[in-house]
Amino acid sequence: MSIDLSQFFEVFFEESFEGLDAMEAELLNLEPGDLDSETINTIFRAAHSIKGGSGTFGFNSVADFTHVLETLLDQIRNGERNLETIHVNLLLKSVDCLREMLGALQSEQEPDLAESNVLKAEFESILNISHDETQESNTSVNTKSLDTYQVDFKPLHHLFKTGNEPLYLFSELADLGECSVSSDLTDLPDIHDIQPDECYIAWTFFVETHEDDKKIKEIFEWVEDDAKIEITLCGGLFEDDEPTPEPEKTVEEKIPEPEAVTTPTKEVSNEKAKKPTKSGGESTSIRVGIDKVDSLINMVGELVITQAMLTQLGEGDMTENKQMALKEGLAQLAHNTRDLQESVMRIRMMPISFVFSRFPRLVRDISQKLGKEVELKLIGETTELDKTVMEKISDPMVHLVRNSLDHGLETPEDRINAGKEPVGKVTLNAFHQGGNIVIEIMDDGNGLNTDKIKSKAIEKGLIHEGDDLTDDEINDLIFLPGFSTADAVSDLSGRGVGMDVVKRNIHALNGSIDVTSERGKGSTFTIRLPLTLAILDGQLVTLGKHTYIVPLISIVESLQVDLKQVNCVGGGVDVLRLRDEYIPILRLFQIFNHTGAIEQLDKGLLVIVESDNQKVGLLVDDLLAQQQVVIKSLEANYQKVDGVSGATILGDGRVSLIVDISGLIKLAGLKRAGSQKLAIDKSMLEPG
Amino acid sequence: MKKILAVDDSASMRQMVSFTLKKAGFDVTDAKDGSEALGIAKQGTFDAVISDVNMPIMDGITLIRELRALPEYKFTPMLMLTTESGLDKKTEGKAAGATGWIVKPFNPEQLLAVIKKVIR
Repeated sequence: MSIDLSQFFEVFFEESFEGLDAMEAELLNLEPGDLDSETINTIFRAAHSIKGGSGTFGFNSVADFTHVLETLLDQIRNGERNLETIHVNLLLKSVDCLREMLGALQSEQEPDLAESNVLKAEFESILNISHDETQESNTSVNTKSLDTYQVDFKPLHHLFKTGNEPLYLFSELADLGECSVSSDLTDLPDIHDIQPDECYIAWTFFVETHEDDKKIKEIFEWVEDDAKIEITLCGGLFEDDEPTPEPEKTVEEKIPEPEAVTTPTKEVSNEKAKKPTKSGGESTSIRVGIDKVDSLINMVGELVITQAMLTQLGEGDMTENKQMALKEGLAQLAHNTRDLQESVMRIRMMPISFVFSRFPRLVRDISQKLGKEVELKLIGETTELDKTVMEKISDPMVHLVRNSLDHGLETPEDRINAGKEPVGKVTLNAFHQGGNIVIEIMDDGNGLNTDKIKSKAIEKGLIHEGDDLTDDEINDLIFLPGFSTADAVSDLSGRGVGMDVVKRNIHALNGSIDVTSERGKGSTFTIRLPLTLAILDGQLVTLGKHTYIVPLISIVESLQVDLKQVNCVGGGVDVLRLRDEYIPILRLFQIFNHTGAIEQLDKGLLVIVESDNQKVGLLVDDLLAQQQVVIKSLEANYQKVDGVSGATILGDGRVSLIVDISGLIKLAGLKRAGSQKLAIDKSMLEPG
Repeated sequence: MKKILAVDDSASMRQMVSFTLKKAGFDVTDAKDGSEALGIAKQGTFDAVISDVNMPIMDGITLIRELRALPEYKFTPMLMLTTESGLDKKTEGKAAGATGWIVKPFNPEQLLAVIKKVIR
């Protein structure tokens, strides 16, 4: 075959991973015994197409493995076998194993067959036992024989038009064994009536093979709808049970294969262990709904029209009429650009169900391990989120859910004693709020143990004995580096990843996380993330000759300062009394070391921003426009600068820095609003 | 010309098998049950035997077992005709010494396809 199949691999992997996800989800829906045929059919179909695809694209290790899955599922589907818990568990393990294998293949590595071989053996033992016990009449079918099948293949005339080439099917058929063929030309019309793109020939094959008719069916299943296919068993020749040269040969051929594959991969698989394939990594391709692409094309069409219009206006001398038209045209261009931008952004948006779908399995596995009963509720699965953000939020979420199950929820006995339902509840909720997506992870467990957290924090030297902290402040301590309350490092938690890492990861996405908790009632972790990382709604502010951008999302309000409401607290920090809150004032010109900016509080404007549940006021000269800005990473182009999250290019070509509020607060050395230590370390503010 | 002994208790079946094989260039002798076939087989030599399984007087499997015991038929290809549902007879047939089996019902092409595997 001269077609390079590798161009289809990526699509195959994607659909296979989706198929595995579907299998997993359906498997988790299955209750042993009560069997919904549609569910089992879905599982079967998924396994079936993975097998078909992997066979087609030459991933034989996957095809071989899926074959046993498929066989078992087929038997269950046909009612030849009852679904048992061990089957579900085995199938779930296989889903994981297949993910690994496909992941390895995707990164062009040989899959590690050790696990799949173990699982395969388990399947085979299940399958064989029943043959001996229940399928008495079928035992004889196991009598070794070299069978001859007749295959009648009568394509409909449009076969070629559906992109099928019978020759490939035939050569595949010939691979099964000795093959003879005759063709039937009775349908062939007069030469004048022949349409060159129609297929008029029918074929009859006789294949002598050790395989069963299923194997033959598989070859032709791609053209099932485009041809009449009949497969008939004609007969067979017996073979000796003792290894005759023929079967011995196949044994010889088969055994070295896995060896040959496993030995050279030893190194590779070690390497793979270091950087696990796929999981956590960000895939480079994206599947986009056709409607999104269509709307994009539509936008581009309008843009082209606008551009043509402007070009026309640009010709010749400028008249007053033309100037009016030009303004209109520019307005239209702005409109087009905005639409186009929105459409492009939509491409990157995917429903959060891609992340959520991992959790039923995770919760099932963990709750089994912990001996807890857990009901998982998913809300807002269709909430859309940028693909990159989604890929990066997955691991922190796993960690949080794991924590909720391990630390948050109590054992069924404890729950009953506490007067609660024995089944604990974990809820994942996603929704949009402003330009943010909010993800809540709620459990109705015991809540955070503030006493324990406090004593731990004192022990670790994070706070002092006498510090007077509110419960919320105590709860926030869990996000500090080096904090873990687990009495003993259990299998589930204590993997060296603390909440501080979770928080850091979320911060890296310009997001925030906070926790609310009530003793005995449960806790809620709330993650806020920007919808996208690429574009930001910004408020342009001036500082002397410089323009800075403050993320619009963090701005609470902007006001002129009434000096009467300003107090100076210890450490030389001014706080503004705003309604019933005290808001520390940060003078941006000081922090960024600019001269020529307004220095008096009552001459400038104060922009109140909020980050990490803390409000601060930024003193700026003036507010300019609000506009969407494209974020350019400073880290990638220069280096990380504290207090600045990135840069952008303004309409006039100047570079403007985007203020990172939480970084700024950290830079200013502020603790919480209203807390005592507001000293700004001057040396930190010196640039460089 | 290769000689084939075709055994079946149904006349129509015998005719169909004989006709097909003759057209394919074989020399065919037929018999209507196992004991008749055994008698014919002992009188001459054949290059292959095709026998139905369910027959009166002597069934096909017994015929094959008897023939296989004879020195001149020790290596002769012997095929049994059996329905797909009767495939459990295969084990029995194999134990009796059958070379292979042909599924009933069959059409001429299918018959020849299998026979050509044992005799050219």
